[in-house]
Amino acid sequence: MSYVPSTEAQRKEMLAAVGVSDYRELYADVPQQMLLTEPLDIPPGMGELEVSRAMNALANKNVQYTTILRGAGAYDHYIPAAVRSIPAKEEFLTAYTPYQAEMSQGVLQSIFEYQTMICELTGMDVSNASVYDGATAAAEAAAMCRDRKRSVTLVSAAAHPDVINTIRTYCYGTGDEMRVIPAKDGHTDLDALREMLGSDVSCVYIQQPNFYGLLEDATAIGEAVHEAGALYVIGANPISLGILKTPRECGADIAVGEGQPLGLPLGFGGPYLGFMAATTKLMRKLPGRIVGETVDTAGNRAYVLSLQAREQHIRREKASSNICSNEALCALTASVYMAVMGPQGLAEVARQCTAKAHYLAEKLTAIDGIDLVYPGAFFHEFVTTLPRQNEVLSALETAGILGGLPLDEGVLWCVTEKASRDDLDRAVSIVKEVLA
Amino acid sequence: MELIFEKSVAGRACDILGACDCDYVDLPQDVLRAQPPKLPELAEVDVTRHYTELCHHVHGVNCGFYPLGSCTMKYNPRIDEEIAALPGFQRIHPLAPQHAVTGCREVLDLARSYLCKISGMDNMTFQPAAGAHGEFTGVLLIKQYHDSRGDTARTKIIVPDSAHGTNPATAAMCGYEVVNIPSAPDGCVDLDALANALGDDTAGLMLTNPNTVGLFDQNILKITAMVHEAGGLCYYDGANLNAVMGVVRPGDMGFDCIHMNLHKTFATPHGGGGPGACAVGCKEFLSEFLPKSALMDEAGHLQVRSFAGNFLVVVRALTYLMSMGREGIPEAAHNAVLNANYLMRRIQGTFEPAFDRICMHEFVLDLSEFKKETGVSALDVAKSLIDYGMHPPTMYFPMIVHEALMLEPTETESKETLDWAAGVFAELYELGKTNPAVMHEAPHHAQIGRPDEVRASRTPVLRWYPQEEGSAAL
Repeated sequence: MSYVPSTEAQRKEMLAAVGVSDYRELYADVPQQMLLTEPLDIPPGMGELEVSRAMNALANKNVQYTTILRGAGAYDHYIPAAVRSIPAKEEFLTAYTPYQAEMSQGVLQSIFEYQTMICELTGMDVSNASVYDGATAAAEAAAMCRDRKRSVTLVSAAAHPDVINTIRTYCYGTGDEMRVIPAKDGHTDLDALREMLGSDVSCVYIQQPNFYGLLEDATAIGEAVHEAGALYVIGANPISLGILKTPRECGADIAVGEGQPLGLPLGFGGPYLGFMAATTKLMRKLPGRIVGETVDTAGNRAYVLSLQAREQHIRREKASSNICSNEALCALTASVYMAVMGPQGLAEVARQCTAKAHYLAEKLTAIDGIDLVYPGAFFHEFVTTLPRQNEVLSALETAGILGGLPLDEGVLWCVTEKASRDDLDRAVSIVKEVLA
Repeated sequence: MELIFEKSVAGRACDILGACDCDYVDLPQDVLRAQPPKLPELAEVDVTRHYTELCHHVHGVNCGFYPLGSCTMKYNPRIDEEIAALPGFQRIHPLAPQHAVTGCREVLDLARSYLCKISGMDNMTFQPAAGAHGEFTGVLLIKQYHDSRGDTARTKIIVPDSAHGTNPATAAMCGYEVVNIPSAPDGCVDLDALANALGDDTAGLMLTNPNTVGLFDQNILKITAMVHEAGGLCYYDGANLNAVMGVVRPGDMGFDCIHMNLHKTFATPHGGGGPGACAVGCKEFLSEFLPKSALMDEAGHLQVRSFAGNFLVVVRALTYLMSMGREGIPEAAHNAVLNANYLMRRIQGTFEPAFDRICMHEFVLDLSEFKKETGVSALDVAKSLIDYGMHPPTMYFPMIVHEALMLEPTETESKETLDWAAGVFAELYELGKTNPAVMHEAPHHAQIGRPDEVRASRTPVLRWYPQEEGSAAL
């Protein structure tokens, strides 16, 4: 099956029209010793039914848990039915980047609406049309902040390890330096940060809530960063922004984050969504596509890809980033999610996550030998000690529950609105049983 | 069309979650936001109808002909979507224990094995999320290789002037100085220019083959040998792999690393701009430099994003690879090349190709003579195509051809569609001669006329504001 619609007879007719008798003549420019003489060493093609059978068999090899109490950068939220079906419309699904505005107003308007929602969520002035994920959003934000005098990026040790690694990798590319701000009691160490804030520091990146689920004193950190003349980047969980202070309210110059919680499936890690928003001052440094409103020849409202002078297809090696494709369909999914949930619904998801995470924390820490590792307020994740960790986690697995993520200092639990109180009680009783 | 915010009615909502069965907790007041975000307040019917209205003003490849050169807009099979939607793939946490994700691992292993065979590479990562991201990953392999040998004097990457803009932008992101070399008149690499650019400071060459004018560079073995002789490595930009997959392999052309766009060559949908997914392959000696994920694999490695990449896109690509199999892959390439040549010959005689010879999967029309004669530009022709329901070709690229229109029909278009498209071009050719004014104002039947891009850039309006907040311009 090659999805080629032309019949054999038509192919012959077309070859003749081109003036060749055979496909091989079309490849006359290819040095003949390089042409493959053997068929590719991959299996023969299959019909749709056979492929479906084979791929279903692969999917069935994975374990699907009924309850997922693990987060650490990928969150198991409820995805409303409309959020699944709307982005699957073939028009949205199979379009390319909206280069031709007259034929792409639907995509362009949806991106403009997405940009607005991200600005509302983060409190920032301008948003781009998305980047690959939360980690690359953080790395791109750090790149936006550098200039000749200030090139060092400071990253909190309490940020997600993948994010720290990705920022380090982007810094390796440009030859810039990244330094890690130590954590103290699971929070960014503010005293250590103050000492590290030299005149060569371009920006500071923290995550809110941080990797351990804890709420940072983001406002105090921001004040220290600005006093030292650096820029402040906050990586925020978008669901938490239903109720938590916006990055702007905490003083951020750039807000970024992983948009996966906004209606995207876990999907073994992707595709996810990197959101990026900034102050007006930094607008022309934002990487990637940005949609702007304008008018057409008749004076009617119209949307276009805008501020393209920043981008690689115009600026080439002087572009602010090499990004071309982004995560448009994921941004559309997030927009549909935010539209379905509305301001009250999003706040309710955040409140239910908080309520249920605190319920589980309370029940777990009532068990002998289980304690919170870090002090302080948390959102929907927390770290506990856990005796006989492997035994407990596999007992939970046997019952269809994916327990928290093992870390050096304990186990990182996450609870979303999807877990019912009964699910949590069941998990707690299994932990109790193992430790009894 | 009204914006979704303009349809909002205070107090309207969808009931998604129902009541909370645990007691709410109060977080400290000083961590809470002052006001809720101004998201739209809508019923489900409002949301559904809003996006249905929007989708009526979007053209996807599954809706109609989309010969957007260098973007390989081939039909996106429905089965690929159905498989990617299986709960056994969708509901899998990236940090679930190894034994619980054997199906996912097998998907990645199978896709890696098939794509290594197709590209002639030894190893591969799926971490990069898009083509440009893959270029970044690939050039970082080159950088790490030279660094690991203490060969730090190699500071330059060579890029032909016909290259996609992402190539030089990528080299710059990897800290390299970009050496742009002019192309020969036929759009291929100018061997003298290459020889002059090569030296002890050459880290590598980035090349697309077939190149951006749709020609296979006959000197490819000589080119890669020259770079290797100078101590540099060769990077293959897989944007145009669709022409040659199953016919000839980049690994056999002398390339050391490569990226393949799963969203072009392997039929995964482009989603109005993404998500894509990218496979970066390399020869064995570069394997140790491939990126890893801090939480999933070895820490301390380079990593270009979180977790294992756009996995659900890889699922679609594997479904496609399985459907195609060993015969289907070259059959697709053959017919992509045949369709491009057929369409070029059908159009020739009206608009003229920039290079009058057999092309690969795409060809470039040069409208500079036509413009001189009629005043009708490539842009005018492109905009006129919209009125016929055809997505315009890539315009004004590559930059080495003036008034360029680059067409890539792909293998999934039928002879009937190509004949129809050639007829449309012929009609526009005649129209340009008889009534050029009407083409300057095209499109006439689209949802909007030509937008004022200068205004968009000079007075940026990048988000909606509620009425009472006044001025929207930044």
